[in-house]
Amino acid sequence: MIRFDHVTITYPNAAAPALRDVDLHIPEGELCLVVGRTGAGKSTLLRAVNGLVPHFTGGHVSGSVTVAGRDTRTHPPRDLADVVGVVQQDPRQGFVTDTVEDELAFGMESLGLPPDTMRRRIEETLDLLGLADLRDRPLRTLSGGQRQRVAIGSVLTTHPQVLVLDEPTSALDPGAAEDVLAALHRLVHDLGLTVVVAEHRLERVIHLADRVVQVDRDGRVVDGDPATLMMTAPVAPPVVELGRFAGWSPLPLSVRQARRAAGPLRQRLADLHPADHAPSAPVDAIVTATHPVVVQGLDVAYGPHSVLERLDLLVAPGEVVAVMGRNGSGKTSLLHAMVGLVPVAGGRVRIHGVDPSSVSARDLPRHVGLVPQDADDLLWAESAAQECSDADRDAQASAGTALAQFDRLAPGGDHNRHPRDLSQGQRLALALAVVLAGNPPVVLLDEPTRGLDYPAKRRLVAELRRRAAHGSAVVVATHDVELVAELAHRTVVLADGEVVADGATATVIAASPQYAPQVAKVLSPQPWLTVTEVTTALAGVG
Amino acid sequence: MSARKTSAPWASAYRAALVVGGGALVIHLVIEALFGAPVPGTVLVTLPTVALPQTFAGVRVGGAVTAEAMLGATYLGLQFAAIVASLGAANALASPARLLKSVPGAVYELGVAVVVALTVVPEALAQLQQVRRARRLRGREDRGLRGIAASLGPVLHSALERSLGQAAAMDSRGYGRQRVVSTGDRRLTATLVLTGLLGVLLGIYALLDAALAPGLALSVVAVGTGVALVGFTRAGRRVTRTVYRPDPWRLPEWLVAGSGLFAGVAVMLLGATGTVALDPTTSPLSWPPLPVAAVLVVLVAALPAWVAPMPPGVEVGHRRRASAAAASTARAATTPVHHGAPGPSEVAA
Repeated sequence: MIRFDHVTITYPNAAAPALRDVDLHIPEGELCLVVGRTGAGKSTLLRAVNGLVPHFTGGHVSGSVTVAGRDTRTHPPRDLADVVGVVQQDPRQGFVTDTVEDELAFGMESLGLPPDTMRRRIEETLDLLGLADLRDRPLRTLSGGQRQRVAIGSVLTTHPQVLVLDEPTSALDPGAAEDVLAALHRLVHDLGLTVVVAEHRLERVIHLADRVVQVDRDGRVVDGDPATLMMTAPVAPPVVELGRFAGWSPLPLSVRQARRAAGPLRQRLADLHPADHAPSAPVDAIVTATHPVVVQGLDVAYGPHSVLERLDLLVAPGEVVAVMGRNGSGKTSLLHAMVGLVPVAGGRVRIHGVDPSSVSARDLPRHVGLVPQDADDLLWAESAAQECSDADRDAQASAGTALAQFDRLAPGGDHNRHPRDLSQGQRLALALAVVLAGNPPVVLLDEPTRGLDYPAKRRLVAELRRRAAHGSAVVVATHDVELVAELAHRTVVLADGEVVADGATATVIAASPQYAPQVAKVLSPQPWLTVTEVTTALAGVG
Repeated sequence: MSARKTSAPWASAYRAALVVGGGALVIHLVIEALFGAPVPGTVLVTLPTVALPQTFAGVRVGGAVTAEAMLGATYLGLQFAAIVASLGAANALASPARLLKSVPGAVYELGVAVVVALTVVPEALAQLQQVRRARRLRGREDRGLRGIAASLGPVLHSALERSLGQAAAMDSRGYGRQRVVSTGDRRLTATLVLTGLLGVLLGIYALLDAALAPGLALSVVAVGTGVALVGFTRAGRRVTRTVYRPDPWRLPEWLVAGSGLFAGVAVMLLGATGTVALDPTTSPLSWPPLPVAAVLVVLVAALPAWVAPMPPGVEVGHRRRASAAAASTARAATTPVHHGAPGPSEVAA
């Protein structure tokens, strides 16, 4: 179905090719997962499938890419639209019309399908993806998961033979991600669609994949059976790491497979206790002067819509708190209220005793730092080095502070590159370095792991833990349960702007089937959350 | 207006138009009072006169403000306000994306480009907000003129990036696919369109210049139009695009369009035949007469408030029957009723 024949792609002004000598054949009806470190060229590979590379990006391509017999050199993306459907990383970028139904029709209108065929397919697609109730809704009112399903639906209506998705679940909460992946699974099984999907959160998709294509840093590509490739892959989900550690064969890819193999491991662990997630700071409900973050009875509303209702949150110094909850539950609004970006309708917010909305912009970086969801918004300079020196000046920090921080978070990052040309992980590292330049005693992060690979995530965790150990309070809003398991002392779950759970991470997330990390699912009812906990405990026994 | 309003982003245009119209009226009155040529009549207030140097001899500043002058200015201002309000109402009710459905195939691609460009302003405003937030997070001034000025660069940058992304997405979804046409065929189409348009231009020029007999000039315009239309139709055939659930044109649509047209033509005729004085006299000072015929005509124009189909999303059950064009006609025609001053605005609408 898709054939890459000795393809080498070099972008204009790039020193090295993004993809090097790729020889790949993806047969019909396969779900193919593209993995690799951030910035390795996964997106380039996906965009080459329908000819966006090179028709839209420029660059030099040698070799040939053929899809359903059509060569992308002679067929621009619009002439492949009837065989390849592409869903971009941010579905909002692909929307052309205003409402769900019109969006589903747009592709078919372009292809010139007869009206009665369009009517039928739209009804079928609405049912297939569970969108029937949303057909008249304006696109801008949809939640993240709904948006992603509409984006998938809008390319499905043209009945493509190949579906290409770039990180379809990165912005979604665990429940919504499951919905989207279940829909994909059904398409592959029922309609024989060929699906190519790139995803960093392997734990969500690896067990659905028929084939894994691994893109290495130098642009070379290896493909093969998931279980075989995962034995040595540099990026692997927790369940695979646990399997590698315990020497299980065949290597389990799903929680179910791992549980069946985990009997002996559970026995060895029976008398041990996780040592690591003990640093949990005391959770006391009494407000003291030492609490860096005090949120009491907070109400936030956008017009008539109440977003947060009488929300209380205390964070102690040195404490890392994770805020979880489905898309639209008020996590971002909470963080914004903590830096004075949204008006507070009721209650109070104090950062070290100061109301953040009364702090002038110039003084803010020394009170509290927030890395927003679109970290790119913070980056305007022409190069990473320039960005860092600007940040030092803004925060009145000594020269070189931010750059040193950037190097700690993204070792080997090119200082002279334009921020927009850095990989997603490096951009986040840069934004974080900029925010941390003022050494704020309170650090807030909104969904920091979008597009981060496992090693980058580990460096982020290490840095935040170091900050916490020096007494900073850290609040992270995220959907990433594995990150929460690694990082947070305490977890707060929000639903519709109210706190529904607040307690030690181990108790809160292990108790919920939706939020439990893979290791907890494999080893339950034992209280393990991460592979590191298991390995350290067993190493102690010897 | 309010009967068919949606919650779409452009729907607030009407309020903005009312404010602009009202503001224009007030400004007009102030300027008239300060600088207007003196009109004899009942003096309301006498403002202090500013003596100007000889060079500005024709300009008067201050002096007596008469009721007649103010009334005349009010009538003029109201006409202007009615036009602005009508345009605002049309803007508020018409969804650009739905108008696109009625655009002929030949210029469809151009239409999409225009519609996408129309979304740039609200997008950029949202982006500006985001950049100002980011400035605050980085400890830079987020308020005041300097803050906004410094935000423009990043806003433009991301707008550009966004449009490139959207272009790629549209292309991936088959936008701009065309049937393969031979070069000869394409040249013929282009020639037809160009010749036709040239003919229309020459015809109109001749008509205005009176160089040719009016009959001959008119027929040149007609032939030109015909040739251009043939060209456009041929060009449209290259486009393979179809329309999903096109907006139907039924009785309500006819009624709405008809009532707007009727009101406009009728008022024009009434004015031209002198049956109704469209410009109320200001001297002697009197209440403007209420021309019964004109009021009845304008009431007809208000009909669409009841007969216009509900736009999608306002009421379930009437989904998708409204025509954006019809709805805008309805608005344009009914708005002057609020102002009670039937004037040339109908013609403009």
